[in-house]
Amino acid sequence: MLLPILLCLALLCASAVAAVLAGRSDRTALLAGAGGCAVSCALGAAAAAAALADGTKSSLRARWPLPVGEVHVALDSLSSFFLLCVFVVSGLAAVYGAGYLRASIGRRRLAPALFFFNLLVASMAVVAIARDGILFLVAWEVMTLASFFLVTFENEREEVRRAGMTYLIASQIGVVFLFVLFAMLARSSGTYDFDRLGAAGLADTAFVLALAGFGTKAGFWPAHVWLPDAHPAAPSPVSALMSGVMIKMGIYGLLRTLTFLGPPPEWWGAALIVVGAVSGVAGVLHALAQHDLKRLLAYHSVENIGIIALGVGVGLLGQSRGNAAVAFLGYAGALLHVANHGLFKGLLFQGAGSVFHGTGTRDIESLGGLYRRMPVTATTFLAGSIAICGLPPLNGFVSEWLIYLGAFRGGAALPGGWGAWTLAAIPALALIGGLAAACFVKAFGVVFLGEPRTAAAANAHESGGAMRAPMVAGALLCLTIGLWPAAAVRLVAPAASLLANLPGAIPDVGPLGALTRVGAVLLALVLLLALLRRALLRGRDVSVGATWGCGYAAPGPRMQYTASSFAQPILALFAPVIHSRVDAKGPDGYFPAQARYEEHVGDMAGERLLVPATRRVVRALSRVHAIQQGRLQLYLVYIAATLVVLLVWQLVGSGR
Amino acid sequence: MAAALLLHLALLLLAPPLMLGVIGKTKAAFAGRQGPPLLQTYRDIAKLARKGAVYSRTTTWIFRAGPLVALAAVLCAGLVLPLASGASPLGFTGDVVAFAYLFGLARFFTMAAALDTGSSFEGMGASREAAFSALAEPALFLSMTILCVPAGSPTFSDAFRSLPWPAWGFAHPTYLAAALSLFAVLLAENSRIPVDDPATHLELTMIHEVMVLDHGGPDLAFVLYGSAVKLFVIGALLTHVLLPVPAAGGWRGAALLGGGEIALAALVGVVESVMARLRLPRVPQFLVGAAVLSAMGLAALVYRGAP
Repeated sequence: MLLPILLCLALLCASAVAAVLAGRSDRTALLAGAGGCAVSCALGAAAAAAALADGTKSSLRARWPLPVGEVHVALDSLSSFFLLCVFVVSGLAAVYGAGYLRASIGRRRLAPALFFFNLLVASMAVVAIARDGILFLVAWEVMTLASFFLVTFENEREEVRRAGMTYLIASQIGVVFLFVLFAMLARSSGTYDFDRLGAAGLADTAFVLALAGFGTKAGFWPAHVWLPDAHPAAPSPVSALMSGVMIKMGIYGLLRTLTFLGPPPEWWGAALIVVGAVSGVAGVLHALAQHDLKRLLAYHSVENIGIIALGVGVGLLGQSRGNAAVAFLGYAGALLHVANHGLFKGLLFQGAGSVFHGTGTRDIESLGGLYRRMPVTATTFLAGSIAICGLPPLNGFVSEWLIYLGAFRGGAALPGGWGAWTLAAIPALALIGGLAAACFVKAFGVVFLGEPRTAAAANAHESGGAMRAPMVAGALLCLTIGLWPAAAVRLVAPAASLLANLPGAIPDVGPLGALTRVGAVLLALVLLLALLRRALLRGRDVSVGATWGCGYAAPGPRMQYTASSFAQPILALFAPVIHSRVDAKGPDGYFPAQARYEEHVGDMAGERLLVPATRRVVRALSRVHAIQQGRLQLYLVYIAATLVVLLVWQLVGSGR
Repeated sequence: MAAALLLHLALLLLAPPLMLGVIGKTKAAFAGRQGPPLLQTYRDIAKLARKGAVYSRTTTWIFRAGPLVALAAVLCAGLVLPLASGASPLGFTGDVVAFAYLFGLARFFTMAAALDTGSSFEGMGASREAAFSALAEPALFLSMTILCVPAGSPTFSDAFRSLPWPAWGFAHPTYLAAALSLFAVLLAENSRIPVDDPATHLELTMIHEVMVLDHGGPDLAFVLYGSAVKLFVIGALLTHVLLPVPAAGGWRGAALLGGGEIALAALVGVVESVMARLRLPRVPQFLVGAAVLSAMGLAALVYRGAP
């Protein structure tokens, strides 16, 4: 089953090169790049699904010219599952991207973007199948660089360049932890081969390094700071790809590392539950404060990564206390949420891209009333919103339900007070769910419902077929998983039991058919009530009028409730936590001339934690500045001095 | 089996509007009035169902879907929760989570329908509902966790079966905490005093009522019926904590549930008669207080072992 995947990778690279060779002809480049990507993703998804279904492991080794490591790739259930996510979400994003970039034909060279897009997909696939530390890190760095060039696609804008730099710096700081991690593991086990990698006595350090390194990519709080800048800066198909699957490679890396580290001590699970709860709540609170639709979605990625971390934490605690059912439920919920988040977040970013495409703005406050103008985008965005809030009958509910189930079971069954940790996940998930619902009612309601607030919104137009099709497909996939969770859990089960270290037998998940039943009853009731209302209204007076303005005679679209006012009660409540500053001057006197209201919500982690910390490091290192004079002669002296020192050291060393 | 299903459906579909009647009568008794008849809500619903409808030209299908989805979701929650016995038509392992999230779905569509009208009043109501329900959610989950942990399963039927009798005595402070917290959630979720005043006449001060300002005719009938069902279903959850309904079972269980619900409705009426509603900035303290209460109950449960 490895061969078709490798063929897909070859096809991806070939189409990337073809896009570059097409060079000046953007139309040909688009066809070669996006078309090739879509086709190879379809093939790859089929191959990954087949590999998941038949469950055989396969591997391939080859030498390469580097002195360390080798080309060692393999497929197991965890790799196949992540490959499936990568290929499905990337395929949809590629089709969407073809439609999205068509507007830029003739205005901008598309070949580089198409090249890096395909390279990013290919590198994520290699990350998922690599079984050698060096190969893994090479693919990881290619992934980072390819996504950096995609983020900076519109590099004539200053904020895009800034966001790109932030992303690059954060990624490189993150990868330093990974270098140390793999060097340490390789030193203790004498190889970079994943099959023989282990962490005798160093497991705790390795876990912390993996949490920091992979957590930066995944966007755990407080290492998420690059995420809300990079996602809005990137073109929408790229945001869909990065948020949908690329940050999940951080989760993959963490899970893969956990398989080397042997039986986990309890505190790892507790640590992930804390990280998950903090990321989830902080992510959704910051999302509520955003006015930029894509920035809002980016913060929701932090929230969802938090939910995934809660699932992994429950799984780890179950595993360390030897409770197979709890471990399985936690891991299965986390993995299914990885897939679900890829689907609905891809869909939502594509919807945000369509809104931008149709109106030219991402500012929520200047939109409104888009439902009539963009019905397909609006309906699919609604599906994505319900799914991301974890509400039945869509897919987000299924994965959150699995994590809840694991947390409840863990609380009842895990001895020694560790059950309390899994119980802590329950109110965290509940609060995250409630706040997420508030946030998406705000985003969906203010953007798509009501009256248009500006001319741009009033003149909005629906996107083309190539952009609509992937959104519809994504929404249908969300609904399918929501209504037929048994099939989805069957896809996740092998990978979850691999993580939970369960040989063969998959524990009873609970009655997934019951979720189907509830969903079916719910839809049937809605249908029944709709028919009832139609019967009641038959022959009666149904008229259309203006919205009731409570007696006010001249309502205008600017009087509608804004996104800021909608979020204000919650933000006021959490103001100390999210570091929001209000600068307001109310109307004054009998004939008020002007009133002003400004609210700035910074990022707590960035402003209070990372910026001061960085400043301190820079200050501490400022003494080193003295040796940097920018003169060539001086640097030649340094080189010569270093050589002399090394020679002397060598001489003295050999003389002894 | 069929008889149990019929009993469940009959209770769920027919009983809820009576709760609003009982609340009205209690408040009237406190005010020294005669008050509307007990069955007034049934009449209101029947009257509204016979009317035509006016839709705002701003709205889309979301506005028309709001009352339908909200009613369907709370009815579904009522099918998940055991009523007169220890079992329910749609109950399953983990149904506690589905129960809470179905209310979330109802709320999502009610708030979206409110924003669909473009009215600033309705937007304001939706905003308050969003804030307060997000805070009520942890309180609800924490108190349900208290019920589920001793049973070892997040399932209503198991949780209710393992409840001691009487669960609310001082011998079981954790259940007392859960019951008080659930009562606070019941008041908040059903927009009763001290969180919201259902009888207020000023749009600026409303929460739930202002969200449904533009609904009329059958849609308003669905909204009214839906809020009665919601009160009944959350009331049933609280009644199960306080009274041994599953042990009685069948017709006696139904009678016990009905008695509990009526007492609860009367209690809500008493609260509404003797309290003023809280200022809006105070409401979060009320809800967070409820969450903290049940969190303390849960902590006591976890660290002292099963009750």
